[in-house]
Amino acid sequence: MKTFHSLFLSFVLLALVSSVRSELLIEITKGIDDPIPIAVVPFSWESRGAATEDFARVIESDLLRSGQFAPLSRLDMLSFPSAKEEVFFRDWRVLRAQYLLIGSALLQQNSLQIDYELLDVSKGKSIYSGSVFGKLSEQRVLSHRIADVIYRNLTGIPGAFATRLLYIAAERDSIGNDSFSLTLADSDGERPIVLLKSSEPIMSPSWAPSGDEVAYVSFESGRPAIYRQNLISGKRERLTNFSGLNSSPAWSPDGNYMAMVLSKDGNPDLYLMKLADRSLTRLTRHYAIDTEPAWMPDGKSLLFTSDRGGRPQIYRYEFKSGSTERVTFQGTYNARARVAADGRNIVLVHRKDRKYHIAVFDIVSNRLQIMTETNLDESPSIAPNGSMVLYSTKYRGRGILAAVSVDGGFKFRLPAREGDVREPAWSPYM
Amino acid sequence: MMKQLRTSGKTFAVIFMVAFLAACSGNTKQNQASQEAERRAQEAAAEAQRKEESLRDAISAAGDIIYFAYDSSVMTTEGRRVADAHIALLQTNNSNVKLEGHTDERGTREYNLALGERRANAVRDYMVVNGVSSGRIETVSYGEEDPVAMGSGEASWSQNRRVAIQ
Repeated sequence: MKTFHSLFLSFVLLALVSSVRSELLIEITKGIDDPIPIAVVPFSWESRGAATEDFARVIESDLLRSGQFAPLSRLDMLSFPSAKEEVFFRDWRVLRAQYLLIGSALLQQNSLQIDYELLDVSKGKSIYSGSVFGKLSEQRVLSHRIADVIYRNLTGIPGAFATRLLYIAAERDSIGNDSFSLTLADSDGERPIVLLKSSEPIMSPSWAPSGDEVAYVSFESGRPAIYRQNLISGKRERLTNFSGLNSSPAWSPDGNYMAMVLSKDGNPDLYLMKLADRSLTRLTRHYAIDTEPAWMPDGKSLLFTSDRGGRPQIYRYEFKSGSTERVTFQGTYNARARVAADGRNIVLVHRKDRKYHIAVFDIVSNRLQIMTETNLDESPSIAPNGSMVLYSTKYRGRGILAAVSVDGGFKFRLPAREGDVREPAWSPYM
Repeated sequence: MMKQLRTSGKTFAVIFMVAFLAACSGNTKQNQASQEAERRAQEAAAEAQRKEESLRDAISAAGDIIYFAYDSSVMTTEGRRVADAHIALLQTNNSNVKLEGHTDERGTREYNLALGERRANAVRDYMVVNGVSSGRIETVSYGEEDPVAMGSGEASWSQNRRVAIQ
């Protein structure tokens, strides 16, 4: 009886959820050979009225987007159990599901509780069971947290689904007027919030390590200036407005400093701002372009792009010695590095045969591997768990976001419903 | 005494008349001179206007856009010709000029922002060398953020690699 009850509810859920529109769509372009088959059964709703979210669908989409799972279609499910006693393991074995996720959600006043259980189908036993609690408004976040736990249990790596993305959306109307938006969304592109809208360009969004502040460059004053904005209080502050470039803000791992690019003293060099008093220290001093600073996770050095050798390459500035060394030597264009949490793998923009690809470079072995086949790829950003790289590229004449797993085996596109999207910045763990 | 006064009055009147006539004749000469100066000034102004118009015509012909080769901030001969037309006008007035540097979409955004600045600075330096005070020149780079042509191909890219003189 409960099964039929859930079945009915799930149809209600589907109807509701399909009306929720995110700005981004998801199109998987390359899957891995042997993804883990998992059945994520629609969760039962143990409260009055209809559920306003399809929790299982959110979790299933997360797992699908990781590239490592092949969720079973709901249409193939013979029943919708929500407790272990209701599971007929033989049915799920027939459907070749290796794992089964079941759950139920209970809403009391505004408090939501979701209980879930991960089952091993072949062994017919429970692997993990847990509960998440929160407000009704957090129902998607709670679902992402469950996906994080499932992902960790089955891959050994923490999930990064309960994280967020910053990106820039740009549109040009029929009479040539531009509109730029700094947008904040969940890691699946849902619940987009516009943090800043301007008729002048916005670029270089970046996260504070705490995840509750962002920095970016806005041209709203007619020239590039660096701003910081608190996501909780909404407080917004202009940090620099020097003549020339004010570019590439990058928060230090401890959150106390910001590396940036200023050309106030003649040409683009790296500077370090102490955020407490906004005092500036000049780090590089070279007539070439020095830009795109990225912190090493230990905070002891910065990677940056410089054309001091004639073409853009990645260099490393070490704070203690003040010395600079060249890091990349492969090809004629390596730029805008971002460092993985391991401090070893860096993703960057690499040019090969006049095309711009995302590549991963191992700074220990000096091995560079191209990850993308598309052209005009830029702005790579690594998930906090190091599993996926988001970047921007062009597809059918439009700027879109795209993702690739770090091993290059799984790819998907995230085109916007309208206009261009670019410069994704994946948040730290939240 | 009275007669004397009258005489002296007459004399005074005569002297006054003479002086007045003399003054009048002087005024006429001065009037002629100032009319001449005014005519010359008008001619000079007209000449200056003709010159400015011809300088502006030269600018209209040359355009306000200086184009660059890929990943280059070196002004081409054609680019210098465009700048020269603007410099010629700037040398006749005190107006300020804004140089907006732009790049095509290839490569990274922050590097392109720096490259756009380098292009704007190249034009600024060329203008300064040719006698335009640096205080009159403002530069701003938009990198690849404000393309004039939206396509992804050399036809669009070559239009986007530019410094716009405003």
